[in-house]
Amino acid sequence: MKAALVIQNWYRRYRARLTARQHYALAIFQSVEYADEQGQMQLSNFFSYMLENYGKTRKEDSAVVTRLFESTMRENKDRQEYVGLVEVPDSYDGPRLHFPLTSNDIDLLLQAFKQQQILHAHYVLEVLFEARKVLKQMPNFTHIRTFPSKDITVCGDLHGKLDDLLLIFYKNGLPSENNPYVFNGDFVDRGGNSMEILMILLVSFLVYPTDLHLNRGNHEDFMMNLRYGFTREILHKYKLHGRKILQILEEVYTWLPIGTIIDNEILVIHGGISESTDLNTLHKIQRNKMRSVLMPPMSINQEHSIDLRKNKIGPSTAMPGKAESEKLPSEQLTKHEWEQIIDLLWSDPRGRKGCYPNTSRGGGCYFGPDVTSRILSKNQLKMLIRSHECKPDGYEICHDGKVITVFSASNYYEEGSNRGAYIRLSYGSTPQFFQYQVTSTSCLSPLHQRVSAMEFSAFRILKERMLSRKTDLINAFQLRDYSRSGRISLAQWAFSMESILGLNLPWRSLSSQLVNIDHDGNVDYMSSFEDVHIEKPVKEMKSSIIETLYRYRSDLEIIFNVIDTDHSGLISMDEFRTMWKLFNTHYNVHIDDSQIDELANTMDFNKDGSIDFNEFLKAFYVVHK
Amino acid sequence: MAEEKEREGTEAIVADLHKKIKEAFEVFDHETNNTVDVREIGTIIRSLGCCPTEGELHDFIAEVEEEEPTGYIRFEKFLPVMTKALLERKYRPIGEDVLLRAFEVLDPAKRGFLTKDELIKYMTEEGEPFSQEEMEEMLSAAIDPESNAINYRDYIAMMVIDEN
Repeated sequence: MKAALVIQNWYRRYRARLTARQHYALAIFQSVEYADEQGQMQLSNFFSYMLENYGKTRKEDSAVVTRLFESTMRENKDRQEYVGLVEVPDSYDGPRLHFPLTSNDIDLLLQAFKQQQILHAHYVLEVLFEARKVLKQMPNFTHIRTFPSKDITVCGDLHGKLDDLLLIFYKNGLPSENNPYVFNGDFVDRGGNSMEILMILLVSFLVYPTDLHLNRGNHEDFMMNLRYGFTREILHKYKLHGRKILQILEEVYTWLPIGTIIDNEILVIHGGISESTDLNTLHKIQRNKMRSVLMPPMSINQEHSIDLRKNKIGPSTAMPGKAESEKLPSEQLTKHEWEQIIDLLWSDPRGRKGCYPNTSRGGGCYFGPDVTSRILSKNQLKMLIRSHECKPDGYEICHDGKVITVFSASNYYEEGSNRGAYIRLSYGSTPQFFQYQVTSTSCLSPLHQRVSAMEFSAFRILKERMLSRKTDLINAFQLRDYSRSGRISLAQWAFSMESILGLNLPWRSLSSQLVNIDHDGNVDYMSSFEDVHIEKPVKEMKSSIIETLYRYRSDLEIIFNVIDTDHSGLISMDEFRTMWKLFNTHYNVHIDDSQIDELANTMDFNKDGSIDFNEFLKAFYVVHK
Repeated sequence: MAEEKEREGTEAIVADLHKKIKEAFEVFDHETNNTVDVREIGTIIRSLGCCPTEGELHDFIAEVEEEEPTGYIRFEKFLPVMTKALLERKYRPIGEDVLLRAFEVLDPAKRGFLTKDELIKYMTEEGEPFSQEEMEEMLSAAIDPESNAINYRDYIAMMVIDEN
C-alpha cells in the first residue's frame, strides 16, 4: 500500500472510532437521564399511595400526610403580603429594576448577570407577581405571524445555561418589537443560572408581551425543580426569602402558555403530540390547574375502592382521601385533560409508526410519522417544532420534514457533548438553522481530548448507576455462573446488564471500559466494582442499607423536601419514621423497624429530635479510585 | 460429533457477531426505524474494528444500498454483508509498525518529523485525498505549534494511548 494511503486509511479509522465513542457517551448520558425521569414518574405513585394509606396510620402520622397535601390547597397569594414585606437594603449593589419595566431593565439585568450578580428577592418577587398578572390574561396557545420584515426566532431548552442565552442574544440580537422570540420551555433546572435565565425571560416578556413568547416545558413544574436543581439553587441564593419565591413560582408556572401557533401553520410546543391530541380541547382547558406531572387528578368519590395500579406507568389513580374530599371538583382537571397536557410536554417523536407509551421517561408517548401526519392535517397545520431532547447538532429534522427538534443548551451533558441551535422563521421561506457551542476555554481542545472528557464523565455516571444496583446485578451474574468461577460469557453479561439496569445501551461495545475481559472473551463480572464504592456516612451501617439509600436518594430528597413545608431543611424524627415506613412498604425495600430507628438516630446529628436531611443525603456519594 | 460441536460453535459465534453489529448500528439509528444515513456507514464499519479504504467502502455501500438509492441503508441489508466481512476478517486494521514505516517512507531524510506543509501536500494530493475538514482535524491534534511540524513517533504513541 502506498505510504500516503496507509496514513489516510489509519487516520480515517481512528477518526471514526472517536465519532463512535462520542455517540456511545451521548447514548449513556441520554438513557440515564431518561431513566431518572421515569423514576420521577414512579414517585407519583408513591404520593398517591401515601395519600391512600395515611387514613390507616396513627393520628400523628396522618398529620404528616395532611401537611403534605395541605400545601396543595393554597389561597390566592397576596402581593402586598409578599413583596411589601421584603425590603431592599441601601447596601445592595445589584441591579435595581424600575416598574413599569422597559428595555433598560433588560440591559441592566444582562449586564449584572454577566458579572455574576444576584437579583434581590424583592425584585424577583415583583417580577413574578407582574408576570403572573400578565400571563393570566393569555390564552393557552398564542397566535403569532411572521411578516416580510419580521422574522421569528425559536429557541429550545436552555436549562439554566446562561452563557447559551447570552450567546444567542449576541448572535441574534436582543428581543424587541422587530425581533420576536419564542422560548420553548425548560428554561430551568440542571444548569446553575436557572434564576437568571428565568428573570431575563420574564422581564423581556413583561417589556414585550406581544413579541416575547414563553411556552411551558416539563421542567416548569415545582416538583421537577425539587429533583433537578432549581429549588436547590433558589434556596441557596435566597436564604431568607427563597420560600416565598418558590410559592409564587409554582403558580407562575401554571400560567405559562402551553404553546404557540405561527402563521396558522406551525405548532410550537415543548414535547410532542399523541394520537389523541385534540387542539379543540386544549384551547379550552384551564391550564393553571395543571400543577405538576406528579400530581394527577384524583377522584373525590370516597365510595369507590382503591385500585392502585403500581405496575402501570402513568397518572391518575382513583382513591379516597380526606384532603381530596374537601377539594372541589372544579379545582382539578379531568383525567383526559390532564393527559392531553402531559402528552404535549413529555412526548418524543420516533421512527416507528403508531403511538406507544414513552417507557424511557415514564410519561407522554412515542409518536410515529403517521401520527404526526394525521394530527397536523386534522388541525390544518404543516409543521411541528418541539424541543425536549438533546441533539448533537442542536437540532434535528424528522418525520419527513414535518417535525423539527430544537435544543439550545450546548455542552448539555459535558463539555463538547453537543451544539446548541435556534431557528429563524422568515415570511414565505424555509426555516434557517443557526448552531453554536459555548466553550469555557478560549481555544477548543482537539477532538480526541473532548471525546475523552465526555467518555470519562459518561462512564462515571454509568458506574454509579451500576453501584446503585450492585446487589441485583451480582445476583443476576451469579445465576449464570454455574461453575462459580467469577466469570461468565460476554453475551450473558450484556443480557444481565440490560435487564437489571433497564438501559438500552450497546453493552458489548462498552464492555471493555466497564469490566475485565480475559483472552477467552469471558467477563470477570466483579471487576467492575473494584474501583468504586459508596462512602459510608456511618461506619456501622450495613452495605445493603447504604446501597438502598444511595439508589433512592433522589426520591428521598424530594419526599423530604415536600414534607419540609417551611423549607427549613429539618424534619422531625416522627415525620421521618412515618415517611420511611410508607416508603419501605411501597418500594419493597426490606429494612426493618429497628434499622429505621437506628438510621433516624444516626441522622439526628444534633441530638435534638430533628433531622437535617440535606446533610445526610450529601453524605452518600460514590468514591472512584 | 466433532462436526456438530464445530457447527454449534460457529453458530454461537455468528449469533454473537449479529448482536455486536446490531448494537453498533443502533447507536447511529437516530429515528429507531432500523435505518442509518449512508454517510454514517463508514463510521459504523470502522467502529467494529475494520479498516476499509475509501474505495473498499464505496464497494461495500454499493452492495448494501437499495436498488434506487434513498440515502439510507437498512439493517436487513447491512447485517449479512457486515457479518461476512467480520468472519472473513476483511479490511484488517493497520498495525502501528506499518504506520510508522509509512511515515518513514515520506521522510527519507530520517529527520523524525514532517513539516506541516509536507503533511498537507501528501494527505491532500496523494492516495485517497483528505477533505479540508479531515485535514484540519488531523492538523489540530498532530502539529506542534512551535515547530509547525509533526513528530510522527510521538504522534503515533499518543494516539495509541488514547485508543486504549
